[in-house]
Amino acid sequence: MKAKKKWYDYLWIFSLTYLILGFVNILFALLGMICFIAPLVISIGWGNKAYCNKFCGRGQLFSMLGGHFGLSRKKDMPKWMKSKYFRYGFLIFFFTMFFIMLWNTYLVFAGQRPLGQKIKLLWTFKVPWQWAYHGTIFSDGVAQFAFGFYSIMLTSTILGFLTMILFKPRSWCVYCPMGTMTQLICKAKHVTKSQTDAK
Amino acid sequence: MKRKAIVDTSMCAACGCCVKVCPMGAISVPHGVNAVIDETLCIGCGKCAKECPASIITLEEANHES
Repeated sequence: MKAKKKWYDYLWIFSLTYLILGFVNILFALLGMICFIAPLVISIGWGNKAYCNKFCGRGQLFSMLGGHFGLSRKKDMPKWMKSKYFRYGFLIFFFTMFFIMLWNTYLVFAGQRPLGQKIKLLWTFKVPWQWAYHGTIFSDGVAQFAFGFYSIMLTSTILGFLTMILFKPRSWCVYCPMGTMTQLICKAKHVTKSQTDAK
Repeated sequence: MKRKAIVDTSMCAACGCCVKVCPMGAISVPHGVNAVIDETLCIGCGKCAKECPASIITLEEANHES
């Protein structure tokens, strides 16, 4: 018995295209903002995790590569990895790095630092990426943000891909910072709602 | 022997992987908090337990009355 596929079951195509476009022109990286804004809007506005549950293209991609293509060992992940300490810790780490990236972007905007045409993988390794930069009609800061944002997207894809191979296909979902954050938002909303309902 | 899927809600990330594989549509993630299994619909096939990336769904023998 197979459920009929809905339009949103094909959003993995968006995620895959996004990753490829970052190799073509770095400015496409800005589209990745959708993957940050949409889950937040859905969780804050509707108080649910429909983004993770239905729309997340990355999850679909991992599920396909790990499941149908058999790239996953399908083993249980270690206990510490699914613990709240690790999940919340990774969320804090991820957003600290995100804000450092924003700060670096600001420095380029302010003209205090030249545009670095590099991608930083796993927050450590600088990879030359000038071949995906063909100038910008915007400020250099916008291009810097694109490089920084794509670094984050590629880094998290690599981490997700590694844990997909080692553990279950969608292992990334367990420690995905966006997923953890939207779950926290949903929990907070649900608790406050049930408190006001009880009054 | 009737088996039913049980979620360890304290560890659930509410990702919804289980929802997608359930052939009975017995699982939902109400309010985005954690997965909830409708025991009356669950047939104990174990697909959700296999899919769960955190491996926190287990199959347990259900009470006789259900």
